[in-house]
Amino acid sequence: MPKAFTPKVVTANHLLAGDVIYQTATGWTRRLDEAEVLTDEADADLRLIEASQQTDEVVGAYLADVTVTDGVPAPTHFREDFRATGPSNYAHGKQVEHV
Amino acid sequence: MYSYSEFDTAFLAERNAQFRQQVERRISGALTEDEFKPLRLMNGLYLQLHAYMLRVAIPYGTLSGAKMRKLADIAERWDKGYGHFTTRQNIQYNWPALKDVPDMLDALAEAGMHAIQTSGNTIRNVTADHFAGAAADEIADPRPVAELLRQWSTDHPEFQFMPRKFKIAITGSPNDRAVTKAHDIGIRMVERDGAKGYEIIVGGGLGRTPMIGKVINDFLPEADLLPYLEAVVSVWNQIGRRDNKYKARIKITVHEHGIDEIRRLVEDRFVETREAFSGVDVQMLREIEGHFAPPAFVQADTAPYTRALETYPAFRAWTDTNVTEHRDADHAIVTISLKKHGATPGDASAAQMRLIANLAETYGYDEIRISHEQNVILPHVHKASLPSIYSALQAEGLATANIGLISDIIACPGMDYCALATARSIPIAQEIATAFNDLKREHDIGQLKIKISGCINACGHHHVGHIGILGLDRAGVENYQITLGGDHTETAAVGDRVGPGFSADEVVPAIERIVDTYLDLRTDEGEAFIDTYRRTGLGPFKAALYPETKVAAE
Repeated sequence: MPKAFTPKVVTANHLLAGDVIYQTATGWTRRLDEAEVLTDEADADLRLIEASQQTDEVVGAYLADVTVTDGVPAPTHFREDFRATGPSNYAHGKQVEHV
Repeated sequence: MYSYSEFDTAFLAERNAQFRQQVERRISGALTEDEFKPLRLMNGLYLQLHAYMLRVAIPYGTLSGAKMRKLADIAERWDKGYGHFTTRQNIQYNWPALKDVPDMLDALAEAGMHAIQTSGNTIRNVTADHFAGAAADEIADPRPVAELLRQWSTDHPEFQFMPRKFKIAITGSPNDRAVTKAHDIGIRMVERDGAKGYEIIVGGGLGRTPMIGKVINDFLPEADLLPYLEAVVSVWNQIGRRDNKYKARIKITVHEHGIDEIRRLVEDRFVETREAFSGVDVQMLREIEGHFAPPAFVQADTAPYTRALETYPAFRAWTDTNVTEHRDADHAIVTISLKKHGATPGDASAAQMRLIANLAETYGYDEIRISHEQNVILPHVHKASLPSIYSALQAEGLATANIGLISDIIACPGMDYCALATARSIPIAQEIATAFNDLKREHDIGQLKIKISGCINACGHHHVGHIGILGLDRAGVENYQITLGGDHTETAAVGDRVGPGFSADEVVPAIERIVDTYLDLRTDEGEAFIDTYRRTGLGPFKAALYPETKVAAE
């Protein structure tokens, strides 16, 4: 039996800045909690294709697993947690920008 | 120190102009990422977890004050005010924006530096003993040879698309501080019957399949070096495996074919390469040697140094750990620790870099080295200057007296920065250093090298750490494997895995148990951790780490 589809977001790095970005319904955001949550597999595949075609804006788009609480996505894996917040040795990644 | 020739300068200007156009074409959309990626990697530009990363080569770890100051300027202008010195004697900038990289490369070129071949399947930056030219135990300064290798390997048309990357290290001392046995080629300068030559070691490497290099030639005459190395790389370039990147490094080629067969193939190829070189390489080496003439060491009274030793215990403690014997009795080698307890190993702020540049210019004949252990060296300092240097270092948080001790930890960037990492390294290093500093135990523990990698690629050299720590992802949780008994010197050895891994929270307690076991077992304070381990083996350490296993067995 195929594995049940779990919620995902489309994420990538920004071409110019190189930082982590997430797809929204209308564009891109630097905040995971603003990302568009994809709960349908076919829709997710389509959104990833759309993202991957934006080669003049993003690099390396992929689908990342998230958990969803009250409609707000959060990472399921520690790698995505670090991508969302920035490095843990200095407070100068996204954790500062979001304060 | 080597100064760029007109040829070097023109070559770099052309390469930088090409890359500027490539970046422009990428930003305009004329190049796709697939097209651009190999071009940016050829120029040292990676895309990491949070940002681009520019890796700048510091050939054989040698810098002048002006070069260090340029690195500081770049950190401040285009990055977040600091740089990260790596285990390959390079510096990495963690936060450049794509559009700024061409300007960064032009700034580097102004100081005679570049980022070429710091990535890709090419011959990478040649590394060398960080005490080169200063060490009391040295046969010869290896840096002229390293510079010859830099010139030979840079943009070498045959060696731009090899099966994998290729790393060369060289030492001029019998006491190996350059980890030559864990490189694709390790070169040891040796003497036989009064003649200088080289012992050539091949097939060493760390990563997922750690191997200690094997001697392919125990005495290569000086004049044969470049044609012989060209033969080695050429043979591997032809028969090295391109079907599987995990089996592509020369260590696997040597392992699969056997060192005797590789030696035979190299000798055959060497007949051709030796003819092609015609001695021009030796002429070039003689010319390069002129750039590395030792400074005219000043004569001065060392009494201020002796007085400071008697008066200031903290200064004495710092000299005990951070100052090494120099080949001139009135001079010393200073190692500046980039391992302040709780700080990120290998990181230096722009202010710290500028201070080091000033100290090198004022007291150190304008010479700086970066060590593969992620520290900075002032190789030539008159002993009378040591108190002034110590005092200046204190003001910038650079006077930590811990070289060779448990807090002098090598750590790769790990998952805090690196896209390949499977776990974090830096916080583990910070926690270990802080814990042992809080207890003021590290001077009692003595020489102990901890090396941490955040993935199996082993940039943190964990296999050759007395205590090695490897961070892995176990079912979505960071998990750390510990190895013991690794050795990076002339008696190189790969460490033994102690058993199942530990969670991030368990690493410091595990290290404490290992250290307590060592302190209980050592014959006296003179027996270093590695010697105790070699005497007792893994058993007592395993018993201390996994007491439940012992109970189950009984």
